[in-house]
Amino acid sequence: MISITTTMKNGELKTYTNRYKYLINELKPKGKIFTPFNIISVPIMLLGIYLIYIRFTQGIGSITNLSQEFPWGIWIAFDVVTGVAFAGGAYVLVFMVHILNLKKYKPIARITVLNGFLAYLFYSCALLLDLGRPMQIFNVIIGNNYGVSSVLFLVGWHFLLYMLALLIEFSPAVAEWLHAPKLRKILSALTLGAVIFGITLSVLHQSGIGALFLMAKDKIHPLWYNSYLPLMFVVSSIYAGISLIVFEGSISQKVFSNQLNKENHVQHNNIIIGLARIATMVMFAYLVMTVITLVHEKNWVYLSTGMGYWYLLEVLGFVLLPMFLFFYGAGRKNILIIKIASIMTLIGILMNRLNVSMIGFKWDVANHYIPSWKELVVTLTIIFIEVWVFRWIVRRMPVLRKSPDWV
Amino acid sequence: MDINRRNFFKVVGVTGVALAAGKKLKASSEVESDQVEFYGILYDSVKCHGCGGCEIDCADANGLPYPEDSPEVGVVRKTSEIQRCVVNAIETSKGEVFVRSQCMNCNDPACGAACLTQAMHKTKEGPVIWREDKCMGCRYCMVSCPFDMPRFEYGSTNPVIQKCNMCYDLIQEGETPACVYNCPWDALKFGTRRELLAEARKRIVENPDQYVDHIYGEHEAGGTGWLYLSPVPFNELKMKTDLQNSSYPALTKGFISAIAPVDILLPALLLGVHEATKARNKNQEDEQ
Repeated sequence: MISITTTMKNGELKTYTNRYKYLINELKPKGKIFTPFNIISVPIMLLGIYLIYIRFTQGIGSITNLSQEFPWGIWIAFDVVTGVAFAGGAYVLVFMVHILNLKKYKPIARITVLNGFLAYLFYSCALLLDLGRPMQIFNVIIGNNYGVSSVLFLVGWHFLLYMLALLIEFSPAVAEWLHAPKLRKILSALTLGAVIFGITLSVLHQSGIGALFLMAKDKIHPLWYNSYLPLMFVVSSIYAGISLIVFEGSISQKVFSNQLNKENHVQHNNIIIGLARIATMVMFAYLVMTVITLVHEKNWVYLSTGMGYWYLLEVLGFVLLPMFLFFYGAGRKNILIIKIASIMTLIGILMNRLNVSMIGFKWDVANHYIPSWKELVVTLTIIFIEVWVFRWIVRRMPVLRKSPDWV
Repeated sequence: MDINRRNFFKVVGVTGVALAAGKKLKASSEVESDQVEFYGILYDSVKCHGCGGCEIDCADANGLPYPEDSPEVGVVRKTSEIQRCVVNAIETSKGEVFVRSQCMNCNDPACGAACLTQAMHKTKEGPVIWREDKCMGCRYCMVSCPFDMPRFEYGSTNPVIQKCNMCYDLIQEGETPACVYNCPWDALKFGTRRELLAEARKRIVENPDQYVDHIYGEHEAGGTGWLYLSPVPFNELKMKTDLQNSSYPALTKGFISAIAPVDILLPALLLGVHEATKARNKNQEDEQ
């Protein structure tokens, strides 16, 4: 005989003695249906799904502006190259919580891991849309056609295995939701292994995404191309991930406030201040590397060109400035300034990743690739579906709120 | 521990493949009889009359539509998903010169190193071929190719990559690539790369007024299967003259070789740090 107590939509507590009745009730919608987010996201998602249908029936060219000159567009540049950097928070945070045993950050570990997992899951979906012959992806997974000298092969495998690691890291929350103590015990035992390999896999695929562009040496603007791209990408993924944790946390604290108590809010502010300190240091290291590569490759001659101003805006306006804001905000314990810094940092990362993979790619070619509105709608669709799934899980599973008493 | 085991197998697998590949390389240098020299094609733009016949032969040989336009000064024609080669007319310091453009079939091709399914493949005969049953259409070959040559069918639901493969099927049967066989001006010559380089040098030495002293493709991008002779410097022919002389895959070798050590050493390091901090936390709790 089991007894499961859960909160109903109207705030009442209900106790179930039958697990299946509980689960069926859990699958029902739990929030308001006509929220501004839903009203905006549903039409875009419907349009996006229609466009994806067109893409699979008429080819990639039917909805994208890709060409022989520009084989990779916004789906790769934003969904994959930028998205993976944004999702870097998951490996940074589990490193702090499970490897360094910094208990302070534990309350946000689950939501960060969930965020990371969903980000990877949906970015892989975006990647499938971009593949011309998606069925052949099995060649890489099960086939005997291993292109082991390919950076993309190694990125792909590290990506795939890391998704599995994230799923294992998150799985105890699912077991708690299912009220399955034995399952939870087994899954929890796997956490440390998943964490250790997850961090390793992350370091390699975060840097690997930078390494993808190493062979495009003559095509990427010299201010963004350098042989340290893999290192630059992995270092910037650390503060990109931290910034996304801060940004996403500030939204979740409002949207899911019913999952939290007052104690959580005080705790959350301390966590944000700690993260801001870490971000300051990592961004400082990144800036030092930026200056070294600029001097080492003698690229300062390009600084007085149009692309040079754009580069300076990225580095000074969206790395150096938010670094000071993080530093100032952490010192004054000013959460608002830290939040502003995190948003600026995310913009800086977006600029950097797009500059390497899209804007700076064949920057001097006439008729440069500009994403079509259809590509943007599909990208938004993927983000919205991800947010819907994220919300569905947070409302049901112990992600933000405390684990059930039996844990 | 699922992830643990998977990763272990992967590392073992990669190591095994690397060892096997290493052995193969060693063996091939010892056993001479197995070795085949790379074939190539020498294109002599001094001899080329820009008739565009080779474009038609190429379309015929590969089942592609005939080109609808022909070389014209001031118009830059490009290869496409329905045309593997083009001839362009260019006004230079020595008057009108024709220049051909197609996949260079590099000695160590960037597309081959980029391809994660081995669909792009450097054959032992020299041509770089694309294999339909393996390709997943990621277009990383197009991003990596320094000559921008692989072409992709954006309008197809099952797209293919088009590029020159030096008529690999014909070469395997001991025949000559279609464009070379049909060229009425003797501007194209098929042979082993070594023979072609010797022939190209001979032409330069015998006619120093007609040729610039440079064989394009001898060193560019680590050497290419197609070799070019020209009456004018190659930048006048709008060919890529700022390419590196080492191969493009060499750019990623450092990263690739760092992967296995990181995969093996970092988990051990992380486990060590975890144990150390666990012990520290326990001590602190005991003291309290």
